[in-house]
Amino acid sequence: MVNYKKFILDNGLRVLVHEDTTTPMAVLNILYDVGARDENPEQTGFAHLFEHLMFGGSVNIPSYDEALQLVGGENNAFTSNDVTNYYITLPAVNLETAFWLESDRMLDLAFSAKSLEVQKNVVCEEFKQRYLNQPYGDVWLKLRPLVYTKHPYRWATIGQKLAHIEDAKMADVKAFFAKHYNPQNAIVVVGGKVNFDEVKALCEKWFAPIPAGVKYMRNLPIEPEQTQEIKETIYADVPLNAIYMVFKMPGKTEDNYPTVDLITDILSQGKSSRLYRNLIKDKPLFSDIKAYNYGSLDTCMFVIEARPNQNLSLEDAEKAIWNELNALKTELVSEVELTKVKNKYESTSVFSEMSLLDKAMNLAYSELMGDANLINTELEKYSNVSANNIKHLANQIFTQQKATTLHYLAK
Amino acid sequence: MLDRLLAPSFKQIETIAILKTEKRVLKNNIPVFILNAGEQDLVRVEFIFKNIQWDINNPLLASTTNAMLNDGTTTKTGAQIAEQIDFYGAFFQTEYGYDHASVTLFTLNKYVTDTLPIVKDVLLNSVFPEKDLKTFSHNNQQKLTINLEKNDFVARREFNNVLFGDNLYGYKTQASDFDNLNTKTLKAYFNKAYHPQNCTIFLSGKVDEELYNSIENLFGNWESTTHFTHNKIELKPNIEKNYFIKKSNALQSAIRLGIPSINRTHPDFAAMQVLNTVFGGYFGSRLMNNIREDKGYTYGINSGNATMAQAGYFVIATEVGIDVRQATLVEIELEMNRLKTELIPFDELTLVKNYLMGSLLGSLENAFSHADKFKAVYFYGLDYDYFDSFIETVKTITAEDLMKLANKYWHWEKFYKVIVG
Repeated sequence: MVNYKKFILDNGLRVLVHEDTTTPMAVLNILYDVGARDENPEQTGFAHLFEHLMFGGSVNIPSYDEALQLVGGENNAFTSNDVTNYYITLPAVNLETAFWLESDRMLDLAFSAKSLEVQKNVVCEEFKQRYLNQPYGDVWLKLRPLVYTKHPYRWATIGQKLAHIEDAKMADVKAFFAKHYNPQNAIVVVGGKVNFDEVKALCEKWFAPIPAGVKYMRNLPIEPEQTQEIKETIYADVPLNAIYMVFKMPGKTEDNYPTVDLITDILSQGKSSRLYRNLIKDKPLFSDIKAYNYGSLDTCMFVIEARPNQNLSLEDAEKAIWNELNALKTELVSEVELTKVKNKYESTSVFSEMSLLDKAMNLAYSELMGDANLINTELEKYSNVSANNIKHLANQIFTQQKATTLHYLAK
Repeated sequence: MLDRLLAPSFKQIETIAILKTEKRVLKNNIPVFILNAGEQDLVRVEFIFKNIQWDINNPLLASTTNAMLNDGTTTKTGAQIAEQIDFYGAFFQTEYGYDHASVTLFTLNKYVTDTLPIVKDVLLNSVFPEKDLKTFSHNNQQKLTINLEKNDFVARREFNNVLFGDNLYGYKTQASDFDNLNTKTLKAYFNKAYHPQNCTIFLSGKVDEELYNSIENLFGNWESTTHFTHNKIELKPNIEKNYFIKKSNALQSAIRLGIPSINRTHPDFAAMQVLNTVFGGYFGSRLMNNIREDKGYTYGINSGNATMAQAGYFVIATEVGIDVRQATLVEIELEMNRLKTELIPFDELTLVKNYLMGSLLGSLENAFSHADKFKAVYFYGLDYDYFDSFIETVKTITAEDLMKLANKYWHWEKFYKVIVG
């Protein structure tokens, strides 16, 4: 159980406070409701590049990092297809510094030309390090546009190509800031050894004077239902063949998400999971196979990623995977197996409560999904999933015509 | 009117309260260190064994024994073990490091009596089935093939090898090494390595008397039966300092530079941690500021003092665009020389000191991390006073001290330089 209290400033900024006196630290987490899905298709990777620029100095504070390190704090941020999330952890006695820093960069940035030039380079190196210079690193750059035809999930957070980042202009940076970085598009979570009234006063002092800005109304194309199987083969400098099989599934806020999330666990959570047990251990068909889902807010991807052993044809490998999917479609999951994945989900959430930062991030994300209290009620949704739900959803999702399969093969 | 130019006042962190472990001893003399804290009803139970008898003729014997501990016992198949662990929402992990091998159970307190006996079975009765060994070897050979395509992986293993030679710290695993493994030798090694005389237990989280009693009942009668010798690592650094492994079509080069150095037991270690932080140990470091934030050559660059039981080294690691490879080396050398010839300005040193104190405070997040602090010193024969002296060093060290240290430990011409890509 994660306790919290919520209030909303006049400028629309939502604030959640989580008091946890077991730690001497405090966290200030800010989630901005903007991700790669909100980008212009001609300027992909922009939300993530922008995240880097948020550290390039704000209107009144030339160096964000130094000011924070001086008071013993640390920070980081990440961008996904859905959101951009920034966090600070620091000794709770110095909490106000976090307010000073975060409110100033929500107010206005310094927009330094040098910072833009340097961070374009840094992000291009990140692009190379994580996506281009790694075996299989570019797979999602290739796969996303196969899976999504309309929705902006068709490009990866890092961007479609290096050129989009290299071409970023200061005018675009300013426009992006004005459009997305204002109190109405943000959720603040303050947690740790903090006091609600004190946090409220600090919010009034530092965040309340920031103009509300214009609320960004998201209006994204809906990904049409897939009616035809998609198959693609690419050859690359990799030592082993790999198969990626993707199915569209409900987004994280939809009622059926927990069911499909538990299907993912049945297939791939832990060493007793079906894919590991049946296709690696009992019959050694694959050297590696796993299932996961992206947990995205809009139409989401369910993925099976597999490296078949050399003596197994790609056709037989796919057959083996389909056998596992078909088993979910035809046979009810046993009570024991269902209880197992539910127990694991429960213990995972209890373990995550050991981390203050995890709690703060989860609170922000839950609020974004409509209600901060989802952090406490999600467990019940999972425990209500039945074997019938699972069979039903498996039948809806795992069909040949809705599959996108990529063969990523050794040259 | 709110003055946003004015930073809020702040406080220095003066003291850091590390929760201390309580030591008890099982009937068979296994030391048990207990850290009882936290709100959640969960516990971590760790069994740590010192590494023994590493043999270059069968270099993967020890690590494979550890990795295959969940593959079956005399009474349970690997599938049954996995099924039960997962059913109770527990996590069972094995880990093989340079100095220790460990077996760890994370479990909710309400299932402790269900999950602990499984761990006992694993620690006493593992059998390493031939079939699972075959699968393990094959899959890890495949994994190795993929890893050898990653520049940073190749750089790290080359670096360790030239720094230490062919011993447990520096050995470069070959695919053919997996062919030397068999059930019989794994079992023999298991019996030598995993037994009470070589074992230390750590309990952290919600640890009550009932849990301790379960541990005593399950593990207190476990007997040591064999003789064994701990690893004695013979360090054999290469003479040649420069290594370049060309990868065609590479977009980036992985760079790894370093030098044998002191480990945590050395009186200079805490001071070297401060020096390292200034140089490349945090986001605001000299290396990050110059090579990432000023020049944009890399996504990240960092340095660190690595500490092992029988060695220590200082290392700098990064991945940079191939066209700026040489320029990066020039800048790293320049930053090192600056620390040897110019005093660190007062403001920068103050910032680093504050950052280190905040970072130490922040690293004590929960019962597990408090226990980890103790583990980090215990196996070096140190105690909690290490942290007192660390804090004292951070507070009192001067720019002059740090310049002296840079000159004492860092000699660019003695650095091993490994570049891949």
